[in-house]
Amino acid sequence: MSAPTSTITAVTPDGPEVEVAPVKRRRLRFVANPKAATGLIVLGFFCLIAIIGPWIAPYDPSGRSSDLIQPPSGKHWFGTTHLGQDIFSQVLVGTRGVMFVGLLAGIVATALSVLIGVSSGFLGGAADEGLSALSNVFLVIPALPLIIIVASTIPGAGDLMVALVIGLTSWAWGARVLRAQTLSLRRRDYVEAARATGESTWRIITVEILPNLTAIIASGFVGTVIFAVMSEITLAFIGISTISEWNWGTILFWAQSQQALAQGAWWWFVPAGLAIAVLGTALSLINFGIDEFVSPRLRSSGHTRVKTKDGRTVRMRVGFTPVLTTTGKGAPVTPVVRVDEVKGTVQ
Amino acid sequence: MKFLLQRLAFYLFTAWAAITINFFIPRLIPGDPVTSLINKFQGQMSTEAINSLYVLFGLDKDASMWSQYIDYWGQVFRGDLGLSFTFFPTPVSEILGQSLPWTIALVGITTFASFMIGTGLGVLAGWRRGSWLDGLLPVTTFLSSIPYFWLGLIAITLLAGQGSFFPSSGGYEPGLVPAWDSEFIGSAVRHSLLPAITILISSVSGWILSMRNMMVTVASEDYITVAHAKGLSERRVMLSYAARNALLPNVSGFALSLGFIVGGTLLVEIVFSYPGIGYNLFQAVGAKDYPLMQGVFLVITISVLVANLIADVAYLLLDPRTRKEG
Repeated sequence: MSAPTSTITAVTPDGPEVEVAPVKRRRLRFVANPKAATGLIVLGFFCLIAIIGPWIAPYDPSGRSSDLIQPPSGKHWFGTTHLGQDIFSQVLVGTRGVMFVGLLAGIVATALSVLIGVSSGFLGGAADEGLSALSNVFLVIPALPLIIIVASTIPGAGDLMVALVIGLTSWAWGARVLRAQTLSLRRRDYVEAARATGESTWRIITVEILPNLTAIIASGFVGTVIFAVMSEITLAFIGISTISEWNWGTILFWAQSQQALAQGAWWWFVPAGLAIAVLGTALSLINFGIDEFVSPRLRSSGHTRVKTKDGRTVRMRVGFTPVLTTTGKGAPVTPVVRVDEVKGTVQ
Repeated sequence: MKFLLQRLAFYLFTAWAAITINFFIPRLIPGDPVTSLINKFQGQMSTEAINSLYVLFGLDKDASMWSQYIDYWGQVFRGDLGLSFTFFPTPVSEILGQSLPWTIALVGITTFASFMIGTGLGVLAGWRRGSWLDGLLPVTTFLSSIPYFWLGLIAITLLAGQGSFFPSSGGYEPGLVPAWDSEFIGSAVRHSLLPAITILISSVSGWILSMRNMMVTVASEDYITVAHAKGLSERRVMLSYAARNALLPNVSGFALSLGFIVGGTLLVEIVFSYPGIGYNLFQAVGAKDYPLMQGVFLVITISVLVANLIADVAYLLLDPRTRKEG
């Protein structure tokens, strides 16, 4: 295989360059969105901590010492617990569990939602009725109590079990959105054309339809990760999953059960809570980036104030005809905004 | 009317599914923790109570799955959810009957208020896009990423405490007897303020965001341009033309996200030791009280279904298209 490829590049030396440039620009367009970029950077930071956390942690997270309930200091950056454990180390070590459960549950739920959503949208008929009834039932049943019940019935549920339980119960939202989008794609001309040329159903789904669902699948994945992280921390916080594995919820569990509030030990629960909030915000920002990427109308502000030739400013708003006040001399100019009809999906 | 009947049928189906899930969870999972609990309370329980637990948790290995299922349904319909082990020997249904009003009052009122406030702010943020209101979005995103229970902990540290106006836990003053008098109601309201504010702050941003996005989408429709061209006042176009149509997806979104919100508010109850269903769930989990856990799950699911039905009726009133056939 390598020989023919090299001859092609030899014949057209500047071929690849021409092809690469537009792709690169399109990818950068997503990263150039400040929201998405911020989110990705923060997410990357947490992933890094998840990998190297246990190695850079200054102390053993479960190791006791004689510094009981110390406020943050140079020795213990985030203070210590009632047993003298270093909270900074606990947060660092706990990141791995949080990211693992979040990502694994996200992958499981996304795979299920693609499978169920796309096949129900594409197949139609009785299969569609059945599958969408199933996903509606899972949507309406409150997920968190269900997860709590299932997880507490399994003895000694570890990270893997928790991730699977969350993944298996939270695919319904994604499946619903994907079904709606598949329904609208199914009758598009290019799909009809593919069908007319005799492509197999499997190929139509994977090659013609799935690439057009990428943004929705991605945003569903990110949303599920947010939900999974929250659920996992909640489970640990109320003491259902094993407390032998450290994650941010476990820290909060100990803080709550050891009356950290009454002792004024704010450092015990503030770092873990802030970490959750920052991770959640980063993931939401990525989702906003995806939404705005798909549906440009949602982009906030941008250049809303435009200067006209004679120095007056007009506020541009999508869908509105900007009006210039005619206090100045000269004929009033009416700039018109033309918005491309982008059929984006807004959830 | 047809729409309403369809929805009703769907909710009945979902209720059936939820109860069936509840039936299968203890049966599919290896090990049976309930037997040990029954042994622990041996001698203190009547045969009748033990029998009902056998039916609920499938301890009777001789009976076929089908007859177990029939018995289970019969028992659920009679409202017999077994005995609670945490509050031995009170029946689960009695405990839930006491705590349900607290949860409905707290969660119902705050969810409704947060929906109204969030939708209102979302209308403004979507209409005046690019103004300072857009600066609100990152703040609300951050607030919505905070877990409910953590915000509750922070609220207790900052606002409650010795000599503060806000009590840090409980649903009313410990010495009071629940009654419909001014002293008790005043105390109950005071105790519910902090949990309510916590739920409000963390749930409002979702409504703001979805309403803003809908407003932005609606604002570029032709009929809005026409309304502007007719010279209608800005306010009228915003409220009667854009907001009214943008509201519909938000109302159906309300129904769907209710399950998530209820999950979050259960935790607020736990943090504030509020005498509602969520706190019951917490106690049940701590004591491995399976009958109470299952009862809580059933009651929560049924309440969410009822709330969904109410949201559907609201949708029916708002959207004339669904009323066409009726």
